[in-house]
Formats: sequence, structure tokens, C-alpha cells
Amino acid sequence: MAAAERLRRLVLLGPGLGWLGLFLVVPCVVVFAYSFFERGVYGGIDYVFTLDNYARAADALYLSIFLKSARIAALTTFAALLVGYPAAYLIATGPKHRQLPLLILVMLPFWSNYLIRTYAWIVLLNREGLINRALTGLGWIEQPLPLLYNDFAIVVGLLYGYLPFMVLALYSSISRLNPEMREASADLGAPAWRTFLRVTLPLTLPGIGAGSVFVFVLSIGNFITPDLLGGGRSVMVGNLIYDQFLTARDWPFGSSLAFLLIGVMLLLLFAQAWAVRRGQEARADA
Amino acid sequence: MPRTPVERRWLAGHLGLVYLFLYGPIVVLIVLSFNKSGLPTAWTGFSTEWYGRLAANPAILAAARNTLIVAVGSTLIATAIGTLLALGLETVRPGPVLEGLVFAPMVIPDIVLAIALLSFYALLNVSLGLHSIILSHAVFNIAFVCAVVRTRLKHFDKSIVEASIDLGAGEVTTFFRITLPVIFPGVLAGALLAFTLSVDEFIIAYFTSGAGRASTTFPMQIYAMIRFGVTPEINAVATIVLGVSFTLVLLSQRLNRDFVR
Amino acid sequence: MAKPASKGIIIGVVVVAAVIIALGIAFWPKPPAKIVISNWDGYMPADLLENFTKETGIEAEHAVHATNEEVMGKVTAGGGKGYDVLFVSGPFVEALANLGLIAELDQGKLPNLANLYPEAANLAYDPGNRRSVPYAWGTTGLCYRSDLVEGTPSSWNDLLRPADALKGKITMLATDRWLMAAGLKALGYSVNSTDAGQIAQAKDLLIEAKRSLLAYDDTTFYSKLVAGEASLVQAWDGWCNYGIAENPAIKFVVPTEGSDMWTDTMVVTAASENKDGAHAFIDYILRPEVHAWVAENILYKVPNQKAMERIDKALFETYPNMAMTPADLMRQEQLRDLGEAQKDYTRAVTEILAAQ
Repeated sequence: MAAAERLRRLVLLGPGLGWLGLFLVVPCVVVFAYSFFERGVYGGIDYVFTLDNYARAADALYLSIFLKSARIAALTTFAALLVGYPAAYLIATGPKHRQLPLLILVMLPFWSNYLIRTYAWIVLLNREGLINRALTGLGWIEQPLPLLYNDFAIVVGLLYGYLPFMVLALYSSISRLNPEMREASADLGAPAWRTFLRVTLPLTLPGIGAGSVFVFVLSIGNFITPDLLGGGRSVMVGNLIYDQFLTARDWPFGSSLAFLLIGVMLLLLFAQAWAVRRGQEARADA
Repeated sequence: MPRTPVERRWLAGHLGLVYLFLYGPIVVLIVLSFNKSGLPTAWTGFSTEWYGRLAANPAILAAARNTLIVAVGSTLIATAIGTLLALGLETVRPGPVLEGLVFAPMVIPDIVLAIALLSFYALLNVSLGLHSIILSHAVFNIAFVCAVVRTRLKHFDKSIVEASIDLGAGEVTTFFRITLPVIFPGVLAGALLAFTLSVDEFIIAYFTSGAGRASTTFPMQIYAMIRFGVTPEINAVATIVLGVSFTLVLLSQRLNRDFVR
Repeated sequence: MAKPASKGIIIGVVVVAAVIIALGIAFWPKPPAKIVISNWDGYMPADLLENFTKETGIEAEHAVHATNEEVMGKVTAGGGKGYDVLFVSGPFVEALANLGLIAELDQGKLPNLANLYPEAANLAYDPGNRRSVPYAWGTTGLCYRSDLVEGTPSSWNDLLRPADALKGKITMLATDRWLMAAGLKALGYSVNSTDAGQIAQAKDLLIEAKRSLLAYDDTTFYSKLVAGEASLVQAWDGWCNYGIAENPAIKFVVPTEGSDMWTDTMVVTAASENKDGAHAFIDYILRPEVHAWVAENILYKVPNQKAMERIDKALFETYPNMAMTPADLMRQEQLRDLGEAQKDYTRAVTEILAAQ
């Protein structure tokens, strides 16, 4: 029934692709086009074709900034997985009527405001802050620890900001699991860790993949946390592009950097999707 | 279910620590909202004067209301469209172009999207206001909802759907009675995620909003007020928002339990 | 049972959402104000707009922007639609004017311009005030805790190459022009230098200085001073006054090498649909009693001679930098737009901030 199938696809894909096409592709194609022109003297665009922006982008400084951001984002993602998976697991396998409230309790802090929470972290992580005062008060340390205005603070801030998204993605995947499969594995004599490794984990790979993408992508583009918690001492990719568009008022160059970043990120995303698919297929064969 | 009580206790302990991590700074900001001193560096006494000042500050209240409208609006749109999109993508085998398109909103730096959208609206002479923010927020929210729902669909056994249609149920009935219950936790998770993203989003909101108070959102207002650091007044707003949300959650839990019973 | 619960939740959510949206629309604010003003938060007295409306009958709305760069970006991308008056710093006036985004002022509608100091009628970024009217002006310097710092700091090098006791207790401004200004002035160069060699030297000096820094901070440096977390910071003079208000041991000094002179101005957008209203607002601000109230409230110097003469001298005792004369101020270098060289400054600042 080809016509019915076509209609079905139209209804399902139409609104989404239409929306994205109109409000994403068209505007971004225009900005992408800017990257092939020159910056006007006072900002704005000089419509003179050039590939200069891409040549400028091939610079060790920008590459090092990208690598540093990627490193911090990867650290944050890994931490989010470690912290988030057990939490999501417990919620998803718990009693059904508790799942929604527990999830909402995870999200609730994030309906206040990102900036306000970040400033609360400054109060906590300061040299004279609550954490240091508690640790010295308990006698566990002698000198206050440098917990703020460095990479540690940035990772903590990013982890704090994006952990709930990891939990949500994992929950969505884990709650799909069929408990009988786990029980079958146990009945066949497999110890808990092996059941987890060979049954649970592979089946929840889609959730792990999605959650990792969320945390990594959101972390790498964040510029407020490096500014406030990092004390402005590090430049991440988010700051870089923001600066090019707003401070340097160099839309063409900012655009070239941005679309190079988008290209790299899309490649990483494809790699991730491929890895998830491979992981699932391998388990399916096993 | 984790099999042994020991396992459950470890996991429960872990979850407790996670909540401690999540709510630690929240407790700090609630406490600071009662600080007499305007600076967070020293506690000079308990005072509720900042809550009083807040009640007399129409700008913050209007901004909070605006954010709610934007978040609810963009979440509704994004959840509906994103879910449909997810279903569609799992039916066809999307090539790299389609996958890239659906992931793109997450990957594009928000300043780029902000400027792109504003230039686009200006070109088309679209009037700016809360509605333009809703349209813009829906863009990235659709991508997130779609991604979350898709995780739920990965193991979906399509034969049930086919069976239902073979047995004569229409497409729409099948959707509501077969598909939706299965993907529902994913849809819910996606909606929660979209709402949370929208509530805190600043850059795109700033650029695509109209001028003036009628379309200033909460993050925009806070970001501008941060000039002087976070006064107890700002913490007071956050405390109230949290208090209201918490109450709503408790309420809905009560209602849900009665309703289900 | 999953079915009724999920249906119930969906219906519930949709109903709640519809109610929220309906309430929002029902309690929608009044029809659009007659003029919309974009300014930094807390940079005007809270009752200013109310009083303006009472006097002139023109409704005014206060939109906020956090930085020059943001409002510049929004106006460039969107044409400035919806805004009537913008508060931006001097160099941005040049840029906005050259991009055709701000209107030429009708000085006939601004009789109170006569109240300005003669120096304020001839500022480098807009001689004759044809496109902008100065609102507040000042300089940048060293703000420090006199009880925590030995001696009196007097040079940019006290900030950039600090004594050992001060290491780790210093902050600098993160905004590109002021960050670079500290380095350029310390080396004896101009704050508007476009020379690649000079920019590179300043950059190296600032990278070296980064090692002694606590953080780069544009907004909370004065509370760090009050808390004792920092002892010596780079600050705008008005901001330093907020610190002095909390702790009288805090003092402000302009380094001997000289500093920049910045001006925050009011401009009228080209897209404004109520230029008369916009002009009325600017003229209102220029009234001596109003502008004096502004100065007393935000603790910045204003370029309005009649206004400054009205201010209680006691205020100048508490906040000495407010007594700085225009002549002294003009000895500092005025900030100008950098044109093409803006890219080089951004690049230098990126290198400084990224340096390990």
C-alpha cells in the first residue's frame, strides 16, 4: 500500500523536517555563506569572496583550544556516565509510581537558573568557601584546596549542569529493559557483573550513546562555566566563537570556525552512532 | 530489579549521594536568600527583606512569567513534532544527511543559531516577541526530544504494530493504544529535557526576543542583573521558583495516585 | 496500568499548559510602551523612568543588556527594530554610526546639551555630539584594599608584576579593550594602538601577568575586595566606589603611566519609530537635577557641568574619584573604535586567556 505508506511518512517526517528546514537550514546556510566573505571595517559584511577565513582557522591556537575543550567535555561526559548510570538504573527499575517523581526531583534544581546555581558553586568552592571551611574544620586538610578558577571547577560545573540530561537519556533506555532477560541470565548461573556487562549494558547502549552526545555537545559549547567557575583563565570553543561574533564582530571568521566545529562534531556523532549500532549487533549475534 | 537487597542498598546510597550533589548548591542559594548582607561573602544575619523587594520588582516577575510561557510553548511543539519525527526516522533507514540534519541543532553553537535566526527574522520582517523565542527554542528542542524518543524505539518490535493494523485497527488507534504506551517514558523524558533546556536558555532568547519587558525572559533578566553578583533578591526568586515547582510536583503526585487508584 | 496513566498525564499536562498560556495572554502587559530604552541593569536610578513619564507623559520601558557587545550584536543582526534609545560606550557609537544603525541627532530638540562641560561637547569618538550624548564618563585604574596592600600602588606594573605578597590576590578586567589597555599603557603605548608589534608586546606582558592572577573578573571584583579574597584589582572608577561603599579601606588610584578614558553614551536607533520621544528622554536626562541624581545614585561622574555643581561635596569626600575634574580626565586617552585592528585585539586576548 504505497500511497498509505507515503502519507504515513509525510505525517511523521513532514512537520519535523519542515520546521528544521525552515528555521535551521535556511538561516544557517546564510550564516555559512558569510564565511566566504570579508569582515567590514566596523563589523558587518563586505561582500568580497575569499577563502581567507578558513586559512586563518587552520591555526595552532584554535586547534589547541578545540582539543582542550574536547578533553574537558570528554572528562565531564565520562564522569556523568559513571555518576548517572547507577542513578538512572535504580530509578528505572524501581516501582513504577516512584519513577516520575524521582526523575522530576533530578530535574527540579535546573528550573531555577543556571547563573544563580553557578554562583552558588562559587560560594561552595571558594578558598574561604563552605567546602574548604568544612574540610579544614574537620581537620582533614591544613591549607585550603584550590577548588575554584581552574579546570577542576569547570568540570564540576559542567557535570552539575548536564548530569540530569544524561540521567534522562539513560532512564529512557533502561526502562525499556525486560527484567526477564536479566533473570534468565541469572538463572543460567551468570554472576551479577557478567549479567550487567553482557546483557544490560549492551541493551542500554542507545541510551548511553544519546546521553553521552547530550553531555559532550552541551559541555563543549558552554561558555559561561569557563568564564565564571574557571575565572576566565581558560578559553573553550564556546568562548572562542562567542568572542568572534560579538567582540571581534568578525562574523565571517566566526562563521568559518563555527562550521568547522559543526563538521567535526557531526563526524564524531556519526562515529558514535556507528559504535552504538556495532555494539548492539555484536550482542545480537552473541 | 537488582536481585539482592545489598545491591539495592548500594544503588540507593549512590542515588542519595547524587541528590546531595544536585541539591547542595540549591541549599546554599536558599540559605543565602535570607542573608541580610547584599554580598554572598559574609552572613550578617537573617532577613526576609529581599523577598519584600522582590514583590515590588515587576521586571523579575514578568520575566519569570515570560519564561514559563516560552518553555511550555516550545516544549509542547517540540514534544509533538519530535516524537513524530522519531517515529518517522525509525521507519525509514535514515542516511547520513538526514541523521546530520536531525542532530545539527544540538551541535550548532547557540550564538550562531541566535544570529542566524535573528537575521532570518529581520529579513522576513517577522515581528519579534515571545512568539519568536518559542519558534526558535522549538528548533533545538525538537532535536533533543527526537533523540530521546529514538532510544526508546531502538528495540521496538514493529510486528505488534503490523499485527494491530492487520487486525483492522486504524493508524491513529494503533498509535494511541500500542505505540504510545511503549514510548511514553521516552516522550516524557524528552519533554522534561526540552522544558529544562528552554527554561535556562539565554543567548537565543536574547537575540530573538523583541525589545522591552514584554519579551524579556528570566535568564535574560538574571544575566543582566548579575552585574553586581548575585544579590539575595536573585536567590529569593530562585527559591520561590523551586518552591512552586516542588509544590506542583507533590500535588501532581497526590492527584496521580488518586487518579490511578 | 500504563494506558490510562499515560493518557491521564498527557491530558493533565496539556490542560495545565493551556491554562498557563491563557492566563499569560489574559494578563498580558499594556500595549507597547512609547519608547524602549536598552541600558545596563542598575545604571539608572530606579525611579528615573517613572519620573520621566510623569513629567512628559511618554511611557518608557527599560530593556536590559549585560554588555556592549551583546546589544551591538543584536542591533547589527536585527536592525535595531523595537529599540529607541541605546546606552553604549564610545567606540560602539563609531561602529553603529558607520553601519548606519543610529540616527543623526536633532540638536534643536536637545536644549539641555548646553549643560555639558565644554570638554564633553568634543569627544574623540563623536565630535560635536552629532550621533550621541554622553551619559557618564570615567577612567580605569587600580582599586585596592589599603589595609592589605603595602604602600600605595601607583603603576600598572604593581598590577602586572606584583609583589610576592599580592600574588594570587589580583584580578583583571576580562573585556578586551581594558585588558589590553593595562598592558599597552604599562609599556607606554596608546590604548588605541593598531601596531602589530606593540600589540604582541602587550600580549606577552599580559601572559606573564596571568601567572599572578586569581581570576579575570568584570563584575564581582569589588565583592572579592570586600571579602579580602583579592587585594588589588583592575577596576572602573565607578565600580570601585561600590567597593568603597562597603569598606572604606578600599581606595582607587589612576596609574602614573596614564589610563583610558571611557564614555557611556545615549544614542537613538535609526529604526526608532518615536524619535521625538527618544530625544525627549535624552533631554530629560540632561536636566541638572536629573543628571545630578543619576551621579549620586550610580556613583559615576557625569559630563554635565550644571549637574556636578549641584552635588553635595560630602559625596566627593567619600568617593574621591568622583571629584576628578574634566581636565584631569581628558588627560587620559579616549577609547576609539579600532576598525580592522579589532580582530587583532581579539586574537591577542584569546591567546592570553588560553595561555597556561
